[in-house]
Amino acid sequence: MAPEPLLRVRELSIGLRRPGSDPVVLVEHANFEIAPGERFGIVGESGSGKSMTLRAVAGLLPKGVTVLSGTVEYAGRDLLTMPASKRRALMGPDIAMIFQEPMTALDPVMRVGEQIAEGPRRHLGLSRADAHALAIDMMRRTGIPDAERRARAFPHELSGGLRQRVMIAMALSCSPKVILADEPTTALDVTVQHQVLKLLERLCDELDAALVFVTHDLAVVNQTCRDLAVMYAGKIVERGPVKEVFAAPRHPYTKGLLDSAPDFDRPKRQLIPIPGFPPNLAAREPGCPFRPRCPFATPHCAAVEPPLEPVAPGRRSACFEIDRLIAEEVA
Amino acid sequence: MSDAVLAVSDVHKHYEVGSGRNKGILKALDGVDLELRRGEILALVGESGSGKSTLAKILVGNAQATSGTVSVDSAPVGTGRRGAATRRIQMVFQDPYSSLNPRITVGSMLGELLRFHRIVPRNQVRAESIRLLNTVGLEEDALTAYPSQFSGGQRQRLAIARALAPRPDVLIADEPVSALDVSVQATILDLFARLQRDLGLSILFVAHNLAVVQHLSQRIAVMYLGRIVEVADTAELFANPRHPYTRALIDSIPRMSAESVNDPFEVEGEPPSPINLPSGCRFSPRCPLATHECTVVDPALITVGDRHGAACIKAETLGPYALSVPMKEEQ
Repeated sequence: MAPEPLLRVRELSIGLRRPGSDPVVLVEHANFEIAPGERFGIVGESGSGKSMTLRAVAGLLPKGVTVLSGTVEYAGRDLLTMPASKRRALMGPDIAMIFQEPMTALDPVMRVGEQIAEGPRRHLGLSRADAHALAIDMMRRTGIPDAERRARAFPHELSGGLRQRVMIAMALSCSPKVILADEPTTALDVTVQHQVLKLLERLCDELDAALVFVTHDLAVVNQTCRDLAVMYAGKIVERGPVKEVFAAPRHPYTKGLLDSAPDFDRPKRQLIPIPGFPPNLAAREPGCPFRPRCPFATPHCAAVEPPLEPVAPGRRSACFEIDRLIAEEVA
Repeated sequence: MSDAVLAVSDVHKHYEVGSGRNKGILKALDGVDLELRRGEILALVGESGSGKSTLAKILVGNAQATSGTVSVDSAPVGTGRRGAATRRIQMVFQDPYSSLNPRITVGSMLGELLRFHRIVPRNQVRAESIRLLNTVGLEEDALTAYPSQFSGGQRQRLAIARALAPRPDVLIADEPVSALDVSVQATILDLFARLQRDLGLSILFVAHNLAVVQHLSQRIAVMYLGRIVEVADTAELFANPRHPYTRALIDSIPRMSAESVNDPFEVEGEPPSPINLPSGCRFSPRCPLATHECTVVDPALITVGDRHGAACIKAETLGPYALSVPMKEEQ
C-alpha cells in the first residue's frame, strides 16, 4: 500500500481579488496528495493555474492573489491556518522551493556560498564555519566544479546551469521533506537540462523527499515523475500515473495536448493542434471549461460541470464523454 | 547554377567586449559555411551562445559579418543592402509580444510595408492586406485591431503576415514557436510547412528544440560555439549522428513515449565562453571521446556521407546507432 501522504492539498481554490466584485477564480477545488519519495508532476499551459497551485503551497502567492478555500496539510497540519511565524519556520527545513529563473530568485549582491549557508545557519542553528562547510558540500553534491572558488562568486558571474545548481543547493541545504519545483529547467539548454533533471532525481532519492514538479513540458514530466495532474483553466481535469495517462488519456484536453506536442520517437506523426482558446477566467461560464474546444462536447457539458471522478484504479478524469473518447481510441 | 538561395562562406563575427585589462574578443561566429537551398526548410539548432541568432541576423542583413561572404543567388552581397536584397529575405522573431508595434493597427502595419516596397498599386493595398491575413489564417476584421487584442499564437501569425508582405523568397525565423504553448505551437509549425509547400519559400528555422525541428525541417545544421559542427538531412542526422555533440544533444532530449536512451552519451558541464575558446576542437573539453590530438587539431567540416558533413576527427568511429525506437521509416 502507498505510504501515508506527507503533503495533502484539499479543495484548494485560489482567486485574484477585484475591488467591488467577486474575485477571479484562478484555481478551483484542486486535490492531490504526495507521499515521501514520490515525484508528482503538474502540467498545463499558460494560465492553467499550475504555478499558482504550487505558490499557494509555498505561501508565496503574488500580491492580490489569495487562497479562497481549502486546506494544504503538511504532516497533518494545515499550513494555511497556522500562525505565519510557524509556517515560515517550516520553509527551508521542511518545505523548499526551486524557481524557474535563478537570476530573479538569488540575491544579486550576496556571494552564492553565503546565500546557501543562510538557511542552515537560521534553521539548523549551525555556526558560520559549519554552515559554510555545508554550503560547499551541497555545491559539490549538485555537481558544481571547483565549489570552494565558486562559493565566493556572485550570481551574475555564473552560467545559467550553475546558477540553477546553486538554487537547488540552496533549496536542499536543510534536507527538506517536500521540494516544490516551478519549471526548474525551462530556462536551461537541453544538455544542461538533462544534467539538472538527473541531479534533482538523485537528490530527491537521497533525501527521500517528495517532489512536486510544475512544468509545461510533457516529455520532462514523463522523465521525472511517476504521477501527474493535468490542469486546464484552473482545474485539475485528469490525474493518474504518467505512463498510463500518456498511453491512454482519459480527458479530451490531455489527448489534445499529447496530439499537439512533437514526439521525438514518432517523427512522422501529424501534429493536431487544439482549436480555439482557453476561457477568460474573469467571465466563467457554467459547465465544463474545455467544452468550447472539445470535439466530444454535448449540450449536457455546457450545463453541468463534470466532477473529477475515478475512471480506473489510480486514475481520475473530469469528463462526461469518456466512453466516446475510449471508443475513438479503439477505432 | 547552384541551388543555394542564400549562402555564407567562412563568416566570422567578432565583438569587442570589456575594457582595459579585461578587454577581449567574443567570437560569436568563428568561420561558418552554410547554404540554404531553394525551397527547403533548414533548421539551425544549438544551445544558447552557439551563435545561431547572430548568424540569422547576418543572413537577414541586420548585422554585418566581421569577415567572410554572404551570397544571395550565388552573388555576394556587400555592406548596406538595398532594394531587392532586403525585400527578398524577411525575418520572424521569437517574441511576438515585443516584435509588433503596439500603437499601430494591423492594417497600417501591413499597408505601410506594401506601399514602401510598392508591392501592389495603392488602391489594392487593402485587398492585398486581407489576402496576407487569410494566408496566415486570420480574418479581415484583424485589419482594424491592435496587436494587444491578439493571443500569442495569433500575434505570431501577424508577425508572419508582416514578413510575407514584401513577397520574400526566404524567411529567417528565429525561435518562432519557443514562446508559445504546446497546443498553439502545432498550428504555427503547420503554417510554416504550408508556406514552404504553397509559396515555395525557403526557410531557415532557428530553434533549440530538436523534437520540433525533426517534425518540420528537411535538413539540420548543428552549431556549437560559433561553428557548424554537423549538417545533414534530418532523418540521416538523427539515425547516424557523426559528431559527439550532436549525439549528446539527441540523447538529452526528454522523451515523451520512450524511456530515456539506454546508453546515454553524456557530456559534462556547459559550453565554455566564446571569449576564451579552447585550443583544438572547441568541443574537446566536454567530449567523452576526446584524445590529446583533439586538443591540438581544430577539425574542419568534412564530408562523412551523402550530403552529410561533420567537424570531428573521430567521425569515423561514431557509427550509426539505434535509438530506443527504430526510426527507419523515412520517405
